Amino acid sequence: MNPFVIHTGVAAPLDRVNVDTDAIIPKQFLKRIERSGFGQFLFYEWRFEVDGSPIDSFILNTPAYKDATVLLARNNFGCGSSREHAPWALLDYGFRAIIAPSFADIFYNNCFKNGILPIKLSEEQVDELFKRAQGKENYQLTIDLQEQVVKDNDGLSYPFEVDAYRRYCLLNGLDDIGITLQYEDKIAAYEARR
Amino acid sequence: MKPRTMFEKIWQNHVIHEEAGKPSLLYIDLHLVHEVTSPQAFEGLRLAGRKVRRPDLTFATMDHNVPTADRFNVKDPISRQQMETLTQNCEEFGITLADLNSPDQGIVHVIGPELGLTTPGKTIVCGDSHTSTHGAFGALAFGIGTSEVEHVLATQCLQQSKPKTMEVRVNGDLPFGVSAKDLILAIIAKYGTDFATGYVIEYTGEAIRKLTMEERMTVCNMTIEGGARAGLIAPDQTTFDYLKGKRYAPQGEDFLAAVEAWKQLVTDEGATYDTVVEIEASEIAPQVTWGTSPGMGTDITKTVPAPESFETANQRKAAQDALAYMGLTPGTPMSEIKIDRVFIGSCTNGRIEDLRKAAEVAKGRKVAPSVHAMVVPGSQLVKQIAEQEGLHLIFQEAGFDWRESGCSMCLAMNPDILSEGERCASTSNRNFEGRQGRGGRTHLVSPEMAAAAAIAGHFVDVREWKRENASKEVFQ
Repeated sequence: MNPFVIHTGVAAPLDRVNVDTDAIIPKQFLKRIERSGFGQFLFYEWRFEVDGSPIDSFILNTPAYKDATVLLARNNFGCGSSREHAPWALLDYGFRAIIAPSFADIFYNNCFKNGILPIKLSEEQVDELFKRAQGKENYQLTIDLQEQVVKDNDGLSYPFEVDAYRRYCLLNGLDDIGITLQYEDKIAAYEARR
Repeated sequence: MKPRTMFEKIWQNHVIHEEAGKPSLLYIDLHLVHEVTSPQAFEGLRLAGRKVRRPDLTFATMDHNVPTADRFNVKDPISRQQMETLTQNCEEFGITLADLNSPDQGIVHVIGPELGLTTPGKTIVCGDSHTSTHGAFGALAFGIGTSEVEHVLATQCLQQSKPKTMEVRVNGDLPFGVSAKDLILAIIAKYGTDFATGYVIEYTGEAIRKLTMEERMTVCNMTIEGGARAGLIAPDQTTFDYLKGKRYAPQGEDFLAAVEAWKQLVTDEGATYDTVVEIEASEIAPQVTWGTSPGMGTDITKTVPAPESFETANQRKAAQDALAYMGLTPGTPMSEIKIDRVFIGSCTNGRIEDLRKAAEVAKGRKVAPSVHAMVVPGSQLVKQIAEQEGLHLIFQEAGFDWRESGCSMCLAMNPDILSEGERCASTSNRNFEGRQGRGGRTHLVSPEMAAAAAIAGHFVDVREWKRENASKEVFQ
């Protein structure tokens, strides 16, 4: 997994609550057996017409946000299915961080496994970021996981909370399985008495 | 000892390692695997040169891609490849697989319980959010992503931060004609799709105790739609009776010993939850969703709500978007919404009792000419029992399409899919945009409500039909 330390990029505002993982990556694209290549299908049914031509009004098809790497979202982002194809698609498209007032549990967890940083801010703070991102071309945010802060170039600075252990793993790009296998003796002992 | 909730007992029974500031390492008793969320996990094992630690605690089936008409003829080459990949992975790593040739094949959350793999007190995971279903037995069961599937395959453990606990107490009795599906839909409509994020719910109260195992599974299944990590229901005689004699459940003397142990799992008198929610069962009516999120639902007796009636700007916008997608006008009575398709099945409502309830409504009636209605048993075993009972004949005589087992149109990964603009009464769990097909419009309902809608061609209050059926029986 790629570590996440500090990241600067254009923020795209996706103004919908309850964005589910079916919308992030529709089921017809879950049949691949690889982890890669899902970015082209991200938000497919919002991004493309039935004939595959782009839907101009969708935020990621607007030239200003085409190269966005930070996604601004609303409440309960990533609800629904546990499909890890959702963070795979976001990552493959280029997103490294998602900012929302709340995330669905499984999706939130899946992000950390893939080097994406999901950041919870208050509704008021997210509203402010939406306003700024919608009001200005090429609105950039810098996300510093070391310092736990979201900043823009106009003096905005929002500190954020993140679980210390998740932060540590993300900063270092650590592999969970490797960590767990350090407890092999304890696992074996548990298995012996279960 | 301090009184503990059932969740705390199961959690503590499975903690292998705990350390301040880190997630706990939990042992997993049962890992269910299906074809969609596992290929990348097995590939990860191969790349790292790892084995499956406990193939004996792992059980696989294929369900999401399976065609329900001509099941051995998988026309989509990518679907076929995904299923073949699972077969190869199970062979390579020594995992039992219920494939299309197996009488055990079915939706992973239907076969776990019916094979007796699911038992009280276990920790159960699967790369599927509806793993919460198994909580109906008093097992701590939740969905995981593919990275975690790989983690469990390799280590039989999972790193988990401890969730909070919530009691959802359902007082009183469900009224006549109101189902477990209506109960869980009403809970989500009232409290929202994220009211339980970060929590494990334990359902308690009179109404819950009176539910059958299958009804409890429906409630726990859709617990994820309220955002919870898992749902739990304390095991009792209903649970033990269900499990007795199931193939993988303990047998004979072992079963009796297991029952004694299972009885110890229930929440202690005086134990407290982080949050408590109370519901009056008597206030619940049959539910129909009108929007594109499971929380956007209402009573069959009500009307499509106006976006202005919602509290916050975000909710108003969501309602507006949803009504535009659904092609609905505020103020329309729910019972006047006409439908084109009916889907009875899924891990929410594809069990034998669900089919019996739908058949009871369908018996002696005919599906409206404008409607295509489909019944998809949750597993081969459900199908077999239904056919022994003659349910398939009731459905077929009424004009329903009787299918083979699988996930089918719940998520439409197989050929069962809605066309643009088609409106469907569905017993599944999600009414998301495009879930059942691009542009398809899903209304979530119970099996009884779905069967009645198939016949009327629009939603109806199934309580009236049930009363009619009941009075006919009295006079016969």
